[in-house]
Amino acid sequence: MLRFIALRLVKAAVILIAIVTLNFFLIHAAPGDPAAVMAGEAGAADEIFLQQLKEQFGLDKPLLTQLGIYLAGVVQLDLGFSYRQQMPVAELIWDRLPATLLLTTAAFVISLVLGTLAGVLASARVGKWSDTLISTVALLFYATPLYWAALMAVLLFSVQLNWLPGFGYETVGGNYTGFARVLDIAQHLILPASTLGLFFMAVYMRMTRASMLEVSTLDFVKTARAKGLKPGLIQRRHIFRNAMLPVVTLAGLQAGQLVGGAVLTETVFAWPGIGRLMFDALAQRDYNVLLGVFFVSAAMVLLFNLVTDILYRVVDPRIRAS
Amino acid sequence: MLKRLASMAAILAVAAGTASAEPVSGGRANVVIQPEPPSLMLGLVQNGPTQMVAGNIYESLLRYDENLEPQPQLAKSWDIAEDGLTYTFHLYDNVKWHDGEPFSADDVVFSADIFLRESHARLRNSLKYVESITAPDANTVVFKLKEPFGPFIGIFEGGTMPIVPKHIYEGTDYKTNPANNTPIGTGPFKFVEWVKGSHILLKKNEDYYVDGLPYLDEIYWHIIPDAASRAVAFETGVVDILPGGSVENFDVGRLTELENTCVTDKGWEFIGPLSWLWLNNNEGPTADKRFRQAVMYAMDREFAKDALWNGLGKVATSPVSSSTRFYTDDVTKYDYNPEKAKELLAEMGYDGTPVRLLPLPYGETWQRWAEAIKQNLEEVGIKVDMVATDVAGWNQKISEWDYDMAFTYLYQYGDPALGVGRTYISSNIAKGSPWNNVEGYKNPKIDELFAAGATAVGKDARQKIYTEAQQILTEDVPVAWLLELGFPTIYRCNVKDLVTTAIGINDGFRDAYIEK
Repeated sequence: MLRFIALRLVKAAVILIAIVTLNFFLIHAAPGDPAAVMAGEAGAADEIFLQQLKEQFGLDKPLLTQLGIYLAGVVQLDLGFSYRQQMPVAELIWDRLPATLLLTTAAFVISLVLGTLAGVLASARVGKWSDTLISTVALLFYATPLYWAALMAVLLFSVQLNWLPGFGYETVGGNYTGFARVLDIAQHLILPASTLGLFFMAVYMRMTRASMLEVSTLDFVKTARAKGLKPGLIQRRHIFRNAMLPVVTLAGLQAGQLVGGAVLTETVFAWPGIGRLMFDALAQRDYNVLLGVFFVSAAMVLLFNLVTDILYRVVDPRIRAS
Repeated sequence: MLKRLASMAAILAVAAGTASAEPVSGGRANVVIQPEPPSLMLGLVQNGPTQMVAGNIYESLLRYDENLEPQPQLAKSWDIAEDGLTYTFHLYDNVKWHDGEPFSADDVVFSADIFLRESHARLRNSLKYVESITAPDANTVVFKLKEPFGPFIGIFEGGTMPIVPKHIYEGTDYKTNPANNTPIGTGPFKFVEWVKGSHILLKKNEDYYVDGLPYLDEIYWHIIPDAASRAVAFETGVVDILPGGSVENFDVGRLTELENTCVTDKGWEFIGPLSWLWLNNNEGPTADKRFRQAVMYAMDREFAKDALWNGLGKVATSPVSSSTRFYTDDVTKYDYNPEKAKELLAEMGYDGTPVRLLPLPYGETWQRWAEAIKQNLEEVGIKVDMVATDVAGWNQKISEWDYDMAFTYLYQYGDPALGVGRTYISSNIAKGSPWNNVEGYKNPKIDELFAAGATAVGKDARQKIYTEAQQILTEDVPVAWLLELGFPTIYRCNVKDLVTTAIGINDGFRDAYIEK
């Protein structure tokens, strides 16, 4: 087992370095660099000023040297410095991590719980009007552009009804503490988390419904029925548990992406998370921040994969044996 | 007492024209800031959002009223020698830095002569004329020039010459000094916190050297990245002030109809934003003067002003903005005249070669404006290909002269020698910057006029020179001038005296108060 983990860790490290290298070249292929953007914003740029900025960012060195310097840093877990924001990249990401995790985890839970529930309900009433209704709504959620849904949600719940705050992580200047602050953040979380959850909610619903229907035709369910078990019990104990396997796999995939943030949702709702950090960094060609976010996201996906594989081996003896 | 009277007189002079009741102390301003500034250290970063927030933390020696006349800030008075070579500033003697250390003339000398020479590209150009900067005593600073420099009295604005604390920066690496994250200035507000991606908080400087000021207790700057969400923030009462450019222009009409909502396009006189189309003078159809003149006649600029800019701003008639010194309207005029445009194109024998048009990637208004211009140009037979870019890509294409026509707008900083000449003089033709002579216009006469205009002594002499320059340029059309932009500041009507100077919101909160 230890040998397996060690081998996987080495593999993961190699993949991570490859990802960083690929991203490095991709980012540098985009037109413009941080020095040009900053000089542009200053409203006055001459050769000396640009040269100063380039030296400061290390952009005057050959590309491969820049890559070498960056990789040498990454190996020592140093993600570099954002000259634009005058802060170490790791600190910038660390600052934004709680907000992003809160948003994506809330959206994950909302979509998983509500989506699965709706799928079970629909499968229990196949062909009836409630099934049609749930399926249609799910299709609508699936097809609605996130950006549009977000703006409509703000318009309805924030501007028209005035029920919920339309943006932000908490009431700026509210100076809430303790439970009042938790409540305040929760209120701000409802709209972005639900909007972000819509798409996956629809996916979980469709998958649960299809899976439930498939399992319900299998022999062991027939046997259960023949034994005279109550339909509710068969639904819960026999069908649901087995039907959940593909849903859990999907949830595992979604969980790997939690750290990457949600660019659109975070932008519309002014949510101070990693998605926005990444988007701003992209617009400003803040190379180190962008590479840093990609590095952390990629590392998280690899980590989740590793954990899943280890769990499989623990749970399923057949995999361990092979 | 005398001093106090003098400072009160100064404040009244600045606030003149903004009729208001007795100011009241207290309250909080909620303001939008867009985009999030990269840093608040105004000495190192001079972009728009940085100055908007940090203009309340840092100060310079002067501020300017809407006619660009200098007003006291850190300097309570000043003398200019008759030969135009010596400028003496007398500073307030009761000024403290936000960390409690006393401010003195040494800080000014350190800032202007050492710190900003290294970090401030725009100021560096003006400091070329300076021979020495000295502090004969703690409250006096003397600038001696090598030769007269006409606009010199106009460079003491907060964003142009922010005074930074010598005791914090001397002998350090300015760019990585940890103090950059907790800026220390002399301004009416102190930095308290910056939650990245969320907000910036400034609190009243209780030790401010002008008695009674500022009135507000605190300012919250809200960072909201989406334009529609910023409009909602105002509608739902979360923010009270939307500085110019915060919302898309098509939302302005709707927002200003809300209850207790006022709008002003004042406060941009100092920087005088002037928009135009870069026209590539080096190659393609745009290298022909007649083509460039045809472009001027083909554009319906009144339509753009009314439909896209809510009627705010003015149609530009000259390379110098009408709020900038030495503007003249005694120049060739280009009214909307498609027939004339067609005639000029026929005369030059335009063969239908398509031109590439780059919109400014600053949001929906600019995109729509490009669509409108494209339509105008196609109506007179010019074929236009639109090229999409983001900000970084736009910067690079302009800097590398990879365009035929491209939208931009530049600041004029109150004087042709500071913000106009740079676009047209041939010594400024160099790849690598989006803000110099990127159209590639060369005219020795223009070079000569701008060189003479900068160092001529006396208003009349300078006016004569700049009038001639404007006449030549409007005839040659090196670029196609669009509008003197009017950026609307939208705010609750009970916020008073928000815009009292030509620098607008950038130093507006010193005087602002909230009427109960």
